[in-house]
Amino acid sequence: MTTLTRRVAAATALILLVLSGCSPTAGERSGARAVKPDKDRKEAPDFALKDADGRTVRLSDYRGKVVLLNFWATWCGPCKIEIPWFMELEQENKDRGFAVLGVAMDEGGWDAIKPFLAELRVNYRTLLGTDMVAQQFGGVEALPTTFVIDREGRIASTHVGLASKSDYENDIKALLAQR
Amino acid sequence: MSPPRTTAARDSVVSTRLAVQLRNGYHVNSNTPAEDYLIPLGLTWNVSPLEVREIIYPKPKMEAYPFSTKPLSVYTGDFEIVTRFAVPARAPLGASIVTGKLRYQACTNSACLPPKTVEVRLPVDIRAQ
Repeated sequence: MTTLTRRVAAATALILLVLSGCSPTAGERSGARAVKPDKDRKEAPDFALKDADGRTVRLSDYRGKVVLLNFWATWCGPCKIEIPWFMELEQENKDRGFAVLGVAMDEGGWDAIKPFLAELRVNYRTLLGTDMVAQQFGGVEALPTTFVIDREGRIASTHVGLASKSDYENDIKALLAQR
Repeated sequence: MSPPRTTAARDSVVSTRLAVQLRNGYHVNSNTPAEDYLIPLGLTWNVSPLEVREIIYPKPKMEAYPFSTKPLSVYTGDFEIVTRFAVPARAPLGASIVTGKLRYQACTNSACLPPKTVEVRLPVDIRAQ
């Protein structure tokens, strides 16, 4: 290379980061609605995922309990807002037949997830998600996506994107009251 | 994605601009996110006859979001990433394709999409002078 450096033609490339297929748009809050009536609820797909200790956990293990199933990732800012709510909800309702299951969708696996769980002192069970399980639940294109599942293992409500704590409280209260 | 062919002379420096358009309502983290847990925007180029001299990202915006206690360093709307390539004096003459990857992770105010990597292809015609 000589000391004389020349700038030559500039090429312009255009990348359209097409984000279609993602449900929520800016500022939208989806899923802030009451639980579905019994007749409209569909069976939640069963799965077998590993927890942080390497144990296999099936959703069907929780039959008889109300389950809040939260798909999240460490790189997801809105997810970080909800996690403390879920910790409180688990603490408040675990003796009444309620459980939270976190499904972490990080590509980096437990190496990325475990330090995050420790930092936030997450007190509920977290599982390492897979694309296959996400597909079973409709794709889970945006995070957080949360399913509230009734005691019979049916999806009673779905929240895509950051919801409010009261949305979850209302869902859980309604489902715990059902016998 | 294939931008227009670039003509580059041996023993010179070529600047290329990668134009990015985000859909309204979305942001991507900048190449220098404000928080460790966020995935940065990153452009990388594969080995080619051209040598990457410098990748210049635009100045990010510091924006407040309801899910963060402090402003985040992001890009929104349309922006460009400039790459300066050096063309070695012995670079092989003729047409070639320089390939690279753009990795990004996008969010709205309330939800995030998984990180994605898209291929960038830059056709180059290297000439003697």
